[in-house]
Amino acid sequence: MYATGKYSSRGPALIPRMKTKHRIYYITLFSVVLLGLIATGMFQFWPHSIESAADWSLDKRSVHDAPLVRLPVSSPIPERGDLGCRMHTCFDVYRCGYNPKNRIKVYIYPLQKFVDELGVPISSTGLSREYNDLLSAISDSDFYTDDVTRACLFIPSIDVLNQNSLRIRETAQALAMLPRWDKGMNHLLFNMLPGGPPDYNTALDVPRDRALLAGGGFSTWTYRQGYDVSIPVYSPLSADVELPERQPGPRRYFILSSQTAIHREYRAELERLKEENGEALLLLDKCSNLSQGAAAARKRCYKGQVYDYPQILQESSFCVVLRGARLGQAALSDVLQAGCVPVILADSYILPFSEVLDWKRASVVIPEEKLSEMYTILKSIPHRQVEEMQRQARWFWEAYFSSMKAIGVTTLQIINDRIYPYAARTYEQWNNPPVVKWSSVNSPLFLPLIPPRAPGFTAVVLTYDRVESLFRVITEISKVPSLAKLLVVWNNQNKSPPEGEKKFKCPECTAIDGLSLDQTHMVERSECINKFASVFGTMPLKVVEHRADPVLYKDDFPEKLKSFPNIGSL
Amino acid sequence: MQAKKRYLILLSAGACLVLLSYLGGVQLPAASRSRHDRSRNGYRPDQPWPHFSDPLHLFLPWDETDTEEYNLHISPRQKRDVNTSVYKGKRCRMDSCFDFSLCHKNGFKVYVYPQQKGEKISESYQNILSTIEGSRFYTSDPGQACLFVLSLDTLDRDQLSPQYVHNLKTKVQNLPLWNDGRNHLIFNLYSGTWPDYTEDLGFDIGQAMLAKASISTENFRRNFDVSIPLFSKEHPRTGGERGYLKYNSIPPFRKYMLVFKGKRYLTGIGSDTRNALHHVHNAEDVVLLTTCKHGKDWQKHKDARCDKDNAEYDKYDYKEMLHNSTFCLVPRGRRLGSFRFLEALQAACVPVMLSNGWELPFSEIIDWNTAAVIGDERLLLQIPTTVRSIHQDKILSLRQQTQFLWEAYFSSVEKIVLTTLEIIQDRVLEHGSRSSLMWNSHPGGLFALPQYSGYLGDFPFYYATLGIKPYPKFTAVIHAVSPLVSQSQPILKLLVAVAKSQYCAQIIVLWNCDKPLPAKHRWPATSVPVIVIEGENKVMSSRFLPYETIVTDAVLSLDEDTVLSTTEVDFAFTVWQSFPERIVGYPARSHFWDSNKERWGYTSKWTNDYSMVLTGAAIYHRYYHHLYTNYLPTSLKSMVDQLANCEDILMNFLVSAVTKLPPIKVTQKKQYKETMMGQVKSSRASRWADPDHFAQRQTCMNKFASWFGAMPLVHSQMRLDPVLFKDQVSILRKKYRDIERL
Repeated sequence: MYATGKYSSRGPALIPRMKTKHRIYYITLFSVVLLGLIATGMFQFWPHSIESAADWSLDKRSVHDAPLVRLPVSSPIPERGDLGCRMHTCFDVYRCGYNPKNRIKVYIYPLQKFVDELGVPISSTGLSREYNDLLSAISDSDFYTDDVTRACLFIPSIDVLNQNSLRIRETAQALAMLPRWDKGMNHLLFNMLPGGPPDYNTALDVPRDRALLAGGGFSTWTYRQGYDVSIPVYSPLSADVELPERQPGPRRYFILSSQTAIHREYRAELERLKEENGEALLLLDKCSNLSQGAAAARKRCYKGQVYDYPQILQESSFCVVLRGARLGQAALSDVLQAGCVPVILADSYILPFSEVLDWKRASVVIPEEKLSEMYTILKSIPHRQVEEMQRQARWFWEAYFSSMKAIGVTTLQIINDRIYPYAARTYEQWNNPPVVKWSSVNSPLFLPLIPPRAPGFTAVVLTYDRVESLFRVITEISKVPSLAKLLVVWNNQNKSPPEGEKKFKCPECTAIDGLSLDQTHMVERSECINKFASVFGTMPLKVVEHRADPVLYKDDFPEKLKSFPNIGSL
Repeated sequence: MQAKKRYLILLSAGACLVLLSYLGGVQLPAASRSRHDRSRNGYRPDQPWPHFSDPLHLFLPWDETDTEEYNLHISPRQKRDVNTSVYKGKRCRMDSCFDFSLCHKNGFKVYVYPQQKGEKISESYQNILSTIEGSRFYTSDPGQACLFVLSLDTLDRDQLSPQYVHNLKTKVQNLPLWNDGRNHLIFNLYSGTWPDYTEDLGFDIGQAMLAKASISTENFRRNFDVSIPLFSKEHPRTGGERGYLKYNSIPPFRKYMLVFKGKRYLTGIGSDTRNALHHVHNAEDVVLLTTCKHGKDWQKHKDARCDKDNAEYDKYDYKEMLHNSTFCLVPRGRRLGSFRFLEALQAACVPVMLSNGWELPFSEIIDWNTAAVIGDERLLLQIPTTVRSIHQDKILSLRQQTQFLWEAYFSSVEKIVLTTLEIIQDRVLEHGSRSSLMWNSHPGGLFALPQYSGYLGDFPFYYATLGIKPYPKFTAVIHAVSPLVSQSQPILKLLVAVAKSQYCAQIIVLWNCDKPLPAKHRWPATSVPVIVIEGENKVMSSRFLPYETIVTDAVLSLDEDTVLSTTEVDFAFTVWQSFPERIVGYPARSHFWDSNKERWGYTSKWTNDYSMVLTGAAIYHRYYHHLYTNYLPTSLKSMVDQLANCEDILMNFLVSAVTKLPPIKVTQKKQYKETMMGQVKSSRASRWADPDHFAQRQTCMNKFASWFGAMPLVHSQMRLDPVLFKDQVSILRKKYRDIERL
């Protein structure tokens, strides 16, 4: 800005000195160069814009248009993930660098279709709806960059959300073919359903070098604390069903079990609990008369009675989330959405986003072995705690589970917080629902400190022009032994403050003394209060009925033995 | 024509410049431009991720269930057993290497092996063992124990150290209860030795848990081991010094921004970062000093920088820098942790960690981002910029948090050991464990017992954080010790007066009198329920038992001879609602340091300040009943019971130890003072008249102070009065006018 300003100011002085024919000559030359430049610019941009405009304006791009990449059989396979990986050993922090916004830059690889030498795709489903949603959400977020050279984190467009649909070896080869793969450094993979029969590993089986894994079913043995991110298993019902938020409070049922894939031993255990505690428990299973599919997923049955799922979840205080073959269960998401307190029975399971979320305030974790004691354990929880958990559960769903966008952005935020820990979001920011954020008071001076007397205090006196009363205040306050400094704020532009000790008379002083009794003054102040309250969104002032006095205030006690004998004597 | 040429050159140069910047710049701004354009008019030149229009598969097809195969597979119980046998050694977790059943029988009890003759134990380890033996977790019966602690000193496993215990391997294997280390906890401060300082302890720990300093994230078995801070042998066993922050200064900047003073090792590991510190040192507000002087033969290895660095090093005083710096650099040394970490914490100098891979102390429960700056050794050169970018509000908060954490978990060996045990207890009693908020906010996890309640709103500490208020009623607990003989006895008057309070929910009469319970009709009829509980042992401490019948947050504790009016009760309760974590009461007492006798003194004189209010007439949170009963050691409680005295002093000690604040005295009618001071009639007054009574209270004070490790009581000069109290306005305008009337 500065440089341009200077240049243009010199311009007019130069031109008049030139002869007219020269001027014309130069202007022509300049125009030619300028036109040339514009033409080059058009040429550079034109083809892109045509293509993009045609494609994007109507959102007609198809996944089938993705370029095909053939994987040679001998194509290299990444190493299996290193369990010792941590941010300081396997992550290149230099790529993220220092930036004033403390925000990482995330690059997404363009979609490609990987096939083996025979032309068979590496995945039976290709890009899933959820992974597509996740990537578009990230590309719309502030983390996104389309400049691969400036990226700190790379996200492949190879969909590995569900391991079942993958060909492990070929997927791994495809990862290794990514242009910036570099041993998986700074690459992030999203996987919600890891492992496969019969053992169901708790982390994605695809070899992935040093890539970070955002996984949906980690156990304490596969989770690399501070490196991987534990994410929820997204429930497709989230997008389909709307459950209005319910006020926390007691529900029709105490415990509800609604999962269909429960091991028979556990189901037997639940049946036993049901026998002991009767109506308080509702034990649902899939409906035998319905065929599989989307419709069946939204019904549950008990002894021939049909219930709507997930709506029925709202009718219970606690909802059981038992491990299946995998530790992560989509049911957790449904349960939270319903504002039902999840009772999680999945030994060694790393709860979603456990790095930042305080699950103790939103769930009950019970060892699988203690399933039979579940009822007793839950009964011992105070009602008010159950209500707080219900509210907390719903908030977790809304903020971190409700969409692929929420899941993706939360994952990136967690990684961001590790790279810029001094700018990390706080516990309160992660865990307090908006209603608590509004009503809670967190004093900036939270440490219970009783300051020593030695430093004393600074008196700040605001004055307009009532000099006499100002001097009176100054005289009185300067007698106080603890006074360290006295600051007078002269709040009058029309008069300059009196100098030194000079006293001058103020005729209107006595008149203004009655200021606070003035009617309009009170009205103005009431208006202020209303305005402030509306801006704060709440009335932060609190009414108390007490006043602090010295211990012996107005007691029948020799005045000279009192520390503060003069108080109240005015 | 000179001018013409000049213009020509100027112009072409300009054109070239434009062209160059155009070609160079076209790549970089593309990103921002494209995003900008897109949001403005939907035009997407280089679309980041296309919004595909074709129907895509769900990642989890509706019909894909995992039941079938799962059900055919082994039963979940078998699967758990498989885990237990597979995950051992480095992969130990509570699920696989810990026997929970030992804890479920008798609760969380800790057994310490008896000390063997001829085994030397370092002072630090002795402190650890005595802390456990003095704690409420201790059991002398291994059959009751859930956790076992060795009497063999494992703190220093540096072979070159004089404290090193030899043949530990055989000694441990020969322990009859060792059981491959299952449910054992091993404390360690130093492991490995020059030059590589590995984390090996030099003996097979089997399935034992480690409570270890300087543990690395690679070796740390999460939710199994506990990372503890490195502490010196001078670290006090109990109590411990307070943090150095006496008051908050705003703006929070100190003389220096960032300081460090320490050794630079010329041989062996640990100095990669320290070697580079001089690049960042500016001798003004960033003062990072190293010395090469260590060991006898440092000069043999000295490098080109040594002389210059050593000279600069000697110019500054470590303590002076520590107390006058906003941030303190804590780089790794030989090992990942250093004493410097605790020193900085205590000095309210926000630690800037440069120790990649160090699992910070008590990382399982402490959110270190609230009290420290976790730097990355690789980004050393960015550190000054980083700390300068931290907003002053954040510095203020970081600094206060250092003080909170220091005093809550680190200031004594006792706190470090108890925190370790509480962390393990939280894992064992998983559904009744502390939330992160309880660990990371005042008064900290050691004072917030999850056995009391899992709900934060049931504690006196979190109302403001949760944005809620305590329950607006109280339960009165009257401690009755004399038989009911006449209808004019003070207890009956008291009962009626209290019952009339609009905030009274119920009255509990705790019958601690040897005479049998009076018949029901002898109690006056009141509008609130009166519950009479017969004290089982009729001891003093029973007045502070956490009775389940107390359903309100507030307890009004009363002696049977207390004289109170309904107005006084109402007023005190409204005051308590503003200070739910403190004791709010009427008659006050004070403590002082008697320098002649070198002990604490107790005074009931009518003075200008006080540090206790008597629990014969006081309102406090019911949580303190739980804390009194479960937190305090049996030794103190039985002392109170034997003397039938001092229970109120102990309660004041406890509450002030938790809050670090004085109690609150509210104004009272004159007559009550006279009853208390004049010691007229009534059996209780005789207790106060006893000359021994006063001496006992003196003794109690000193006994309590020694158990707490410091004097927790705090003085106050403030009394809370009703707003118009004794003001020159019509008495009719005053809400609590009865308090002024005689």
